[in-house]
Amino acid sequence: MDIESLTRKSGEWLRATGPESDIVMSSRIRLARNLAQFPFPARADDTTRAEIEELLRELIKRRPAGRHLNYIPVSALTTLDRQMLVERQLISREHSETQGRRGVGISNEENVSLMINEEDHLRMQVLHSGLALDECWAEIDKIDDAIENEVAYAFNERLGYLTACPTNCGTGIRVSVLLHLPALVATKEIQKVFQALQKIGLAVRGLYGEGSQAMGDFYQISNQVTLGKSELQTIKTIQDVVPNILSYERRVRTALVKENRQGLHDQVSRAYGVLQTAQTISSEETMHLLSSVRMGINIGLIEDLEIPLVNELFIHTQPAHLQKIRQETLETNERNIARAAYIRERLAERHRDRN
Amino acid sequence: MKKCGRCSKPAVLHITELRQGDVKALHLCEVCAKEYLSQSPAEQVEPTPDDVTSESADDLDGIDQQSCPSCGITFKDFRAGGRLGCPQDYTVFEDELLPLLENIHGETDHCGKVPKRAPDSSQRQVKLIKLRSDLRVAVEEERYEVAAKIRDEIQSISSENSSHETA
Repeated sequence: MDIESLTRKSGEWLRATGPESDIVMSSRIRLARNLAQFPFPARADDTTRAEIEELLRELIKRRPAGRHLNYIPVSALTTLDRQMLVERQLISREHSETQGRRGVGISNEENVSLMINEEDHLRMQVLHSGLALDECWAEIDKIDDAIENEVAYAFNERLGYLTACPTNCGTGIRVSVLLHLPALVATKEIQKVFQALQKIGLAVRGLYGEGSQAMGDFYQISNQVTLGKSELQTIKTIQDVVPNILSYERRVRTALVKENRQGLHDQVSRAYGVLQTAQTISSEETMHLLSSVRMGINIGLIEDLEIPLVNELFIHTQPAHLQKIRQETLETNERNIARAAYIRERLAERHRDRN
Repeated sequence: MKKCGRCSKPAVLHITELRQGDVKALHLCEVCAKEYLSQSPAEQVEPTPDDVTSESADDLDGIDQQSCPSCGITFKDFRAGGRLGCPQDYTVFEDELLPLLENIHGETDHCGKVPKRAPDSSQRQVKLIKLRSDLRVAVEEERYEVAAKIRDEIQSISSENSSHETA
């Protein structure tokens, strides 16, 4: 796998094959780990960072838990290529923007990604389509065991796994689900969901995590506490609350259809129409319209389009992807034109395939 | 992106305080925001320099100046950047960190996965971090003979480590 081949495919987690994938775009678990004998990456000099990278890269090469991972030396990539990995959710923004030797091991299906020298020495994540936290945990737990077998993790009996930021110590786990909640957003009911989640210690973020805006009605729900709660307790808290949010979103969708089916049909059809014909379109408008279309498919108002393509368009219409696909640097205005052309092309392809 | 008003991390919470006609905008990172929100309104008033007695300022200085013998970071550095320097810091700054951890997590005792292999509790890991820090200083100060000696020592401890690991 190389960067160029990535642009022509998409991650398995976008294929909408998992449970509840009409609303739950993906489930993700990440673990933060550090090696006992090194300072944390931000405090490590170049030689030490290189040593950490080498040591962990060797482990990745040895297929932890039987997983073949492709190693990408992130520090050797261009800004654009790093940005593309962020857009695909394979590395974090921090990993993309920080300095010094670092890399990532990625599985062919893009479900597993192991970041070296992020904020911690090792940040592992497993990503699956739909509501599939048990699968994520089973997989990441095995990979973690395999790596732990070869190195001494920084661990303290009282405080658990030690991390560069005290907000992550203990289990070092972040469990999250990415939900598509257009009906709750449209009716502003989403505020009630936020408040309820905050009360039970869960955080709500946008598509790209910490500090990012909610785009395309996508919300990421994740735990905040990592000390004093086991991995399974943390997973269960999220597993218990998600079905309530799903039924809430579905209830509101049904009510919207009942109230004004024609109006809603008009709205999603117009959104679809604009995407098929626009000559220039911003990233923001794209996300907004794709969100309408995605809901339209799920409630049966759009029948000639499938969810996986819409999911893919959310990712492939972002700035770095567009520039990689077009193989040139584009300014905002040029990107808007390229984006509109790309969407028209992909949606037309879809129709050709069907005829 | 705006930076946190209390440390230098990116601000994620933007709070507008309205108190007796006073409007105050605060931009805080997650950690500082939690700390801020868990304080009572009286405590939230930012201390003016006059409020700080010389005694408490001295105390604060004492804690802030204490540095980790392994990685060299001071508690002040941590407070400024929000990131610790090495795993050893959790022991060195335990007294200062525990209230902070309690604030963030509501707990101070780990529950969950434990490495199957007992953590290497020998002083070797600690020593390695210290030696690496010494090495950096030696190189910075261009004391290359000392640096070479430290490098040899790191290598010999590292190889002990790996022979220990394979045993």
